[in-house]
Amino acid sequence: MKRSSVFGVVLLFLTLVLCSGFHAWAADPIKIAIVGPMQFTQGEGHWNGATMAAEEINKAGGISVKGTKRTIELIKVDSNEFLSIPDATNAMELAISKHKADFVMGGFRTEAVLVMQDIAMDNKKIFLGCGAAHPELCERVTKDYDRYKYWFRITPINSKHLVAVDFILLDMVAKAITKELDIPKLKVAIVAEKAAWADPMVKIAEGKLPQMGMEVVGVWRPSPTATDTTAELSAIQRAGAHIIFTTFSSSVGIPLAKQAGELKIPAAVAGINVESQKDGFWKATGGKGDYGLTVNTYARVKITDKTIPFFDKYLERYKEAPNYNAGTYDGLYLLKTAVEKAETLEADKLVPVLEKTEVTETAGKLVFTKDHDVTWGPGFVTAIGTQWQDGKNLCVWPNGWQGVKYEGTVEYKVPPVMVEHYKKKK
Amino acid sequence: MIQEIIINGLINGSIYALLAIGFSLIFGVARLVNIAHTALYMTAAYFILIGLDYWGMSAPLAALLAIVITTMLGLICYQLVIKPIREHEGAVLIATIALAMAIQEIFLIGFGGHYLGVPPAATGYLFLAGVKVAKQHLLALGVSVLALVGTWALLLKTRIGLGIRCTAQDREVANLMGINVNREIMMALGISVAMAAVAGVIVAPLRVIDPHMWMEPLIMMLAIVVLGGLGSIKGSFIASYILGFTEALVVFALPMGAFLKVTVALSIMILALLIRPEGLFGVVFEEER
Repeated sequence: MKRSSVFGVVLLFLTLVLCSGFHAWAADPIKIAIVGPMQFTQGEGHWNGATMAAEEINKAGGISVKGTKRTIELIKVDSNEFLSIPDATNAMELAISKHKADFVMGGFRTEAVLVMQDIAMDNKKIFLGCGAAHPELCERVTKDYDRYKYWFRITPINSKHLVAVDFILLDMVAKAITKELDIPKLKVAIVAEKAAWADPMVKIAEGKLPQMGMEVVGVWRPSPTATDTTAELSAIQRAGAHIIFTTFSSSVGIPLAKQAGELKIPAAVAGINVESQKDGFWKATGGKGDYGLTVNTYARVKITDKTIPFFDKYLERYKEAPNYNAGTYDGLYLLKTAVEKAETLEADKLVPVLEKTEVTETAGKLVFTKDHDVTWGPGFVTAIGTQWQDGKNLCVWPNGWQGVKYEGTVEYKVPPVMVEHYKKKK
Repeated sequence: MIQEIIINGLINGSIYALLAIGFSLIFGVARLVNIAHTALYMTAAYFILIGLDYWGMSAPLAALLAIVITTMLGLICYQLVIKPIREHEGAVLIATIALAMAIQEIFLIGFGGHYLGVPPAATGYLFLAGVKVAKQHLLALGVSVLALVGTWALLLKTRIGLGIRCTAQDREVANLMGINVNREIMMALGISVAMAAVAGVIVAPLRVIDPHMWMEPLIMMLAIVVLGGLGSIKGSFIASYILGFTEALVVFALPMGAFLKVTVALSIMILALLIRPEGLFGVVFEEER
C-alpha cells in the first residue's frame, strides 16, 4: 500500500472517530410532542407558538438539566381531532410510543383531549393542555390525583371563568349602550350554537340577564356548522333585540356576523365567538363583522412585558395574530423554568415543581391551582375582551376592572349602525 | 312573520333546487347516484375564491371560470372514475363517495381547515314586503331562478334536451333509435355539474367556504330527491321548496330548536315516504321492475 493511501485511511478513520465522538458528547435533545389538529388554525397556533419558543430557547443554548445544556426537539403530531376522536387517540399513542416524547403539549377539542389525557396519564407523561377549556380536565386531578397529576392546563382559562368574563363583557356593552343611546331596558337575544359546552351557558344567561336588568327576547340555537343564519337574524330583529349575545366556538360565528353586518341589524354582537378571535375573521366576513366583541387571549396590549414582543414577532413571521392555542409558547418557557429548577426530566419529580412554579409569560402570570388549572383573576391570567374596530381586533377589556388595565387598551365602541338607528328613531 | 318565512323559504328552496335538480337529472338519465355532486359545488366555491383572491379577477369572470373549471373537472372525473363502472350502481355510489372525500382532502391540504369567504357581488339590503333582504340573497335568488328556467328550456325546448329526455325515459330504446346514449349522458352530466357549480358560485359570498361545506347540503339534497321521487326533476323542484320553507318555519316557530331544521326536513321526508314510498313524483318501484 502506498504511503499516501495509508495516510488517507488513517485520516478517514480519525474523522469517523471524531464525528462519532462528537455525537456522543452532545446531550440528547428533549423531545416535546406538539399534538393538535395541524390542518386547522388551532393546530397551526399550537405549532407556531411552540416553534417560536423552541427556536429562542435553543438559540440561547437550550434547557439546562443538571448543568448540561439540552436543546428542544419538537415533534409535530396531527391529532385530526376535529374530524375523528380515534385519530386523536392514535396521535397521542404515536407521540409517546413511537416518537418517545418526553413531554406532550396541545389538544383542542375537549372530547379528544379527555381521551388523549388518559393515554398520557397511563404513560406518566406530563401533558400541558393548550386549547381545551372544559373543567372536567382539571377536576380529574382532584378526583384521582395520583393518576392525573401529570396534567396541567396552560390555556385557555377554565370555561367557568370564561363565563364570568363573558358576563362582565356583556355588562360593559350594556352600560355603553345605555350611556350613549339612553335605552331604559335592554333586550337581549341569546344565540348559542347547539353544542354541549354551550347548554349551561344558555341556562345561566337566561337566569342572569333579568338579574342584570335586561330582558331576554328569545334563545336561538343554530347548528354549530350552520352556513346561513338569515332566518335567525330576521327573527332577532323582529324581536327588537339591542344585543345579540353569542356563544360560538364553530364556523356558525362567521355567517352570523357577516349576515348581521350585511343586513345592518341594529344590535351589538357580543359574547364568545372563537372565529372572531382570528385575523382571518375580517376577510371571511368581508369586513361585515366589524364591532363584534369576543372573549379572547391575545391582542397587541401589554398584558406583561413579554406580550407585545411575542405578538409582533408572531405577526411578522406568520402574518396573523396568535390565537390562544399559541399558548404553547408560554408552555415551553414554563417547562424550561421547571426542568431547570427540578434538574430532571422525570415526571414524578417535575410535577411538584410545576405545582409551585410561578412564571410571568405572554398571557399573564402563570400559577397553577390545586387541580392544575391556570389561575384566573387580577394579577394572574385574566383573558381579555377584543372588539373589531375598522379592521383591527383591539383589546377593550379589562379597562379598569378590579384595577386592571393593560397598556394599549381602547374604549368599547357601540356599533355606529346601532347609534344611527336609535338616534334616528328619536 | 309570514313574509319572513316566505322570503327565506324562497331563497333556501331555490338554492336547494339548483343542487337537487342537477342530481336528479343525472340519476334520471344514467341512474348515477353521484355523491360527489355537492363536492363539485364546493369546488366551484373554492374556484371563485381563487379567481378573486389569487388571480385578481373580476367577480363575473371568476364566477364564469369557476363554473367552467368545475364542469370540466366533473366530466374528467366521470370519464376516469365513473364511466368504467357505470353499470354497477353500488360501485358508482362508493366511487363517488371516495371522489368527494378526495376533493375534500385536496382542499384541506391546499387551504387548510380555515373558514374562508368571498365578498358579495351586491352589498347592502332592500326591504321586500317589509322584510330586510340582503341584495346578495336577492341576486342568488335571481340567478337560481334564471338557471332553473334555463335548464327547463334546455330540456324541454331543444333537441339536446329531447335526446337527454329520451335517454332518461328508456336508455335501450333510445340507443336502438340511433341516439348516442353516451353523448347524452355526458351532456346531462355536464348540465348537472354546471348547475352544482352555479349553486357553489352564488352561495360562496353568502356562506363560509371550508373543506367540509359539501356535507350539509348533501344531506338536504338527498332528502329532497328522495322526497320528490328519485329521478323526477319536477319532484325535486317542488320538494326543494317544501324543505326550504320548512327550514325557515322551524327557525321562526321554534327558535330554541333552530338546529333542528335539517332534522325536521328529514322527518318530513320519512313521513312522506311512509305514505308514498316512491316519493311525491317518483316512479312506483314495482312498475320500474
